[in-house]
Amino acid sequence: MIKLDMVTKVYPDGTEAVKNVSFEIGQGELCVLLGPSGCGKTTTMKMINRLIPITGGTIYIDGVDTAKMDENALRRDIGYAIQQIGLFPNMTVGRNIETVPELKGWPENKRRQRGEELLKLMGMDSGEFIGKYPRELSGGQSQRVGVARALGGDPPILLMDEPFGAIDPITRVRLQDEFLKIQQTLKKTIIFVTHDIYEAIKLGDRIALMKEGELVQYDTPADLLYNPKNEFVENFVGADRALKGLQLIRVKDVVKASPPTVKSGEKTEIVRERMERAGINWLAVVNGDGNFLGGVGKADLGKGDSVGDVMSPSAETATANTVLNEVFSLMLSHGLDNLPIVDKDNRLQGVISFDTIRKALVELTQRGKTG
Amino acid sequence: MRHYVILISLLVLLLGLTVWITSLDWIKEGVYRPFAWGDIANCTKAHLEMVVIAELIAIAIGVPLGILVTRPVFRKLTTPIIGGANVGQSIPSLAVIAIMAPILGFGLQSAIVALVIYGLLPVLRNSYTGISNIDPAIVEAARGMGMSRRQIARKIELPLALPVIMTGIRVSTVITVGTAELAVLVGGAGLGRITLAGVYTMQPLTILQGAAPTAALAIILGFILARVEGGMTSRGLKVKAEMA
Repeated sequence: MIKLDMVTKVYPDGTEAVKNVSFEIGQGELCVLLGPSGCGKTTTMKMINRLIPITGGTIYIDGVDTAKMDENALRRDIGYAIQQIGLFPNMTVGRNIETVPELKGWPENKRRQRGEELLKLMGMDSGEFIGKYPRELSGGQSQRVGVARALGGDPPILLMDEPFGAIDPITRVRLQDEFLKIQQTLKKTIIFVTHDIYEAIKLGDRIALMKEGELVQYDTPADLLYNPKNEFVENFVGADRALKGLQLIRVKDVVKASPPTVKSGEKTEIVRERMERAGINWLAVVNGDGNFLGGVGKADLGKGDSVGDVMSPSAETATANTVLNEVFSLMLSHGLDNLPIVDKDNRLQGVISFDTIRKALVELTQRGKTG
Repeated sequence: MRHYVILISLLVLLLGLTVWITSLDWIKEGVYRPFAWGDIANCTKAHLEMVVIAELIAIAIGVPLGILVTRPVFRKLTTPIIGGANVGQSIPSLAVIAIMAPILGFGLQSAIVALVIYGLLPVLRNSYTGISNIDPAIVEAARGMGMSRRQIARKIELPLALPVIMTGIRVSTVITVGTAELAVLVGGAGLGRITLAGVYTMQPLTILQGAAPTAALAIILGFILARVEGGMTSRGLKVKAEMA
């Protein structure tokens, strides 16, 4: 889809911002350009839509040398979202989003429809926001509109330069999650620039780690974490790389079997026997419909006759889509040995334990080492 | 609101003064012969004409020049042109007008050229500032989306700079109304003729008879241009930020 071949940027004063960078990005992939500031990641990205002229090498899109294309036509087919957003303050939200469709000469009703569609995709009420001006929006709303505008002309490629960088941490996490969900349906080819390793691991299909204008390692997040090419990569991913790797695994990847459960009405005596026979210390409690109610530990069984009397109702649950670092953090902060997995109707799907997390991590680490 | 009250009171005062002086019975007073209504009307008309002509020329030169020096190709000219205009403004207006007479001769042309030179700076400087103060991220986003230079100028830069440019034109106009008082020294016309007559004959009331309508004219033109400025400003630039 996109191929960089020995791409180089030398400024007139002799500064080499990017040196012989070559890599390929597959269709529908999200490639993160990662590295410390001044490593050339933004320069590399801007050479793709020719905002910065290339001084050496070639960039191909679908096999065509971009240097031979009309630069404005090229840019209209590449969505562009930046940290400072750059919404046009003299235009309404709707007209901002319709910028590229207008440049492409789409008929007005199609443009309008596109604007409404994209606002909805971003989780914004189009009736409320389409006529607003950028100065009436909050930071998070502006950033959503910025992404919507980048998607305006339905480009196959998207360039994003730290689009969530200037937003408060809570909104940022929410925008990242929303963005991942949107990308799952849109399947755009995305180049995403960031200096945040967590963001890179969370979003990237592949990560291109750069240092002083050179490409150090181009790999999947797991390989970058567990199979670092050299000391720089190792230091950049950090000593807690094992923990960072938990972000790569979701509950559904590791919890398969449905767990043994007890009904709240069962007698504690019988449950104790079952626990001893199976050699377990904890069981999830459900009602007749399979809805999760709480957990019961072996030590609590003596305190009453029925399970319902002695169980501890638990508010903390995860879903099949929760990433393991969130699960791990929940378990640590609430002192839980087991975390129940429920679906959206609170029906018990499984239970995850520390041991499951440990095993998953060992597997991931080894896959990195052998791969 | 308070701003309007002050402006309107001032205007009433100035116009009242003019009416009062003009309608004084000079034979009865015995010492003073005021200019007649016809003289004031003619001088005001001539004054306005000079200001409008000079201002139109200043806009025709200042706006394009100010915008031009923001373009990358002409970056090198920015400092000499903006700096030169600044120096021009720092020369006293009387000197600028006085210099014109020996060069261009006595007459309206000298007066207008001097007024153009003097009124150019606010127009030029605000055109330059209006464009160059636009957040670079906005222009970068526009380029990144595939807008041509011309489209960026027309759809983004001009609408965003327009309020600032209009302010420059308003300031320049108000200044020019005042400076035009001096045009009479090099053979121009205008209300300066009345003021100067008052100075020569040492009649304070005659001086006021020329000065008061001049000040009123500046206030009226300033007010009209402020309204035009408001009307030309995009609604998106006027909305209040309601931070969530």
